[in-house]
Amino acid sequence: MKKIRCALIGSGNIGTDLIYKIQRSPVLEPVWMVGIDPASEGLARAREMGLKTTADGVDGLLPHVLEDNIQIAFDATSAYVHAENSRKLNELGVMMIDLTPAAIGPLCVPPVNLRQHADQLSQGRSQDGSAPSGGSERSERGGLLAQMNVNMISCAGQATIPIVSAVSSIQSVAYAEIVASLASKSVGPGTRANLDEFTYTTSGAIEKVGGARKGKALAIINPAEPPMIMRNTISCLTDDAPDQARITASILQMIKEVQKYVPGYRLVNGPVYDANKVQVFMEVAGLGDYLPKYAGNLDIMTAAATRTAEMFAEEILAGRITLRAVEPA
Amino acid sequence: MDLKGKKVILHDMCLRDGMHAKREQISIDQMVKVATALDEAGVPYVQVTHGAGLGGNSLQHGFAPHSNEDYISTVAARMKQAKVSVLLIPGLGTMRELQSAYDCGARSVHVATHCTEADTSPQHIAFARKLGMDTTGFLMMAHLNDPAGVAQQGKLMESYGAQTVYVTDSAGYMLPADVIARVQALRDVLKPETEIGFHGHHNLGMGIANSIAAIEAGATRIDGSVGGLGAGAGNTPLEVFAAVCERMGIDTGVDLFKLMDMAEEIIVPMMEHVVRVDRESLTLGFAGVYSTFLLHSKRAAERFGVPARDILVELGRKKMIGGQEDMIMDTAMTMARERGLLQHVAA
Repeated sequence: MKKIRCALIGSGNIGTDLIYKIQRSPVLEPVWMVGIDPASEGLARAREMGLKTTADGVDGLLPHVLEDNIQIAFDATSAYVHAENSRKLNELGVMMIDLTPAAIGPLCVPPVNLRQHADQLSQGRSQDGSAPSGGSERSERGGLLAQMNVNMISCAGQATIPIVSAVSSIQSVAYAEIVASLASKSVGPGTRANLDEFTYTTSGAIEKVGGARKGKALAIINPAEPPMIMRNTISCLTDDAPDQARITASILQMIKEVQKYVPGYRLVNGPVYDANKVQVFMEVAGLGDYLPKYAGNLDIMTAAATRTAEMFAEEILAGRITLRAVEPA
Repeated sequence: MDLKGKKVILHDMCLRDGMHAKREQISIDQMVKVATALDEAGVPYVQVTHGAGLGGNSLQHGFAPHSNEDYISTVAARMKQAKVSVLLIPGLGTMRELQSAYDCGARSVHVATHCTEADTSPQHIAFARKLGMDTTGFLMMAHLNDPAGVAQQGKLMESYGAQTVYVTDSAGYMLPADVIARVQALRDVLKPETEIGFHGHHNLGMGIANSIAAIEAGATRIDGSVGGLGAGAGNTPLEVFAAVCERMGIDTGVDLFKLMDMAEEIIVPMMEHVVRVDRESLTLGFAGVYSTFLLHSKRAAERFGVPARDILVELGRKKMIGGQEDMIMDTAMTMARERGLLQHVAA
């Protein structure tokens, strides 16, 4: 079967784990890995696994994009270089799956809104669901840009927003708060140095994607040995007294949806109801591809990114989506 | 060791750590009353925020009746000599909140991380310095890192711009030798102009002794709270510490009798429970558990029928750290299930 050819930008833990997940995909094929350090372990491993590599950053990839027919690129670098990477690749008609907190494109949590993003791309609609205004070239470009780039929010977002959405789809949620506890060894230097960006992006996504009127995200980094498996606590305050039976059913159904791509996504305790508060205590164990199992936080990002890319790949292969180059501004 | 004439800067925690002991329910009037009494007694720094610091208002940590901004601006406007400080834990509080605290009059900040995670604080420490704030790197649960590790983490905070590095005994677990080893290790690697501080909890009754040990090893800043109003068995009781300092000739610049009066007349009447070493707070100190977990564990114990001491010991075993208050209820529920007191919801 034909596969959509992909490039991975960033040769760290996330990029390396992505190779494994993409190689297993029936519709994706990892072709290029892009790094900036010729001596990096990630690039060496990528070569061993049969990928082409460059240590010259995204510019090292650009000359090969068309001849190698790269259609989807995953960016696991940092929020600060993502914008530039995305612009260059979008101009060549490559769709970006953004794993940094840059959040240039629409936010995507697969079981919540992936279908919606794919539909919008195939219908040429902009992010908010409105048809692009024909007269303004600028807004059309903005709309296409938004669809040629989807953002995966953050590990905490991927792990918690499905639950917030499961509650808000039953009744209105005035406030949702999530606490993500991460094993110290699973939190890379980029996240550490920019913890505020993680907080802002995740808090915003709890509102925009999760459907809570106000969202708040808390992150804890725990150095215990052996490393703790990622834990997440999700608390929602509903406007009216919670319909416990329906909310519990909705949450359990959502957990099953997430388990389709993250089998280690597990309910530990709850849902617990206390007046208008609904609390759910989750654990995320990874698949243990390249990253250890405790790093469920990284695994859920790479799994969600892969799932997202697969959905777009299926649409491209079926001829429902045609990727178009974004004209330079 | 002769500490005569040594100068030590005191930092009161009643209106921040003390919020924990009051379930975050301190009114603006009480804040003003306590802060003005501290100012009057010559205490140079007064910390004022939600117990969990900036960004602390949450389901996780409880909601205070007023915003941090309201507390800080009301108190700061009344201070004659004391500086208002705040706590900022990256991952909970952000630079936006620090800017807002500064705008309300805060001029000093403890930027706090777990004792092994200093590298989550560079942007916040740098930003505090940019604002011109008196900036401290605050290494929490310091018993969970060895002296060399604490020194290395302190050095990182110094490299981000911290002017003071604290050894923070959040669990009230340390003994004087533990404190001395960590303060000395910091003194060995930090620049001479970088100050060292110690923040104690009194869970093993060691608040005063540990603070004196810290000074012997080179610390020049000590956190405490008048009447010991703070999490667990409270912070190092500041008036007691001031009295010991006076006996030893250590120069704190505070008026001892005013602090004693304040403890008796203002702080003790404010307490909802007598903050002291009791069965649960002693368990914190003995098991090395974050002091703030105390009241949360008591509530979970009541709800799920598992004794608070059992929950605390289990949290210590699982090496839960500050900020993981959600894991208290989670642990209590798991224990209740194992004991046949609770059914699992999920199929």
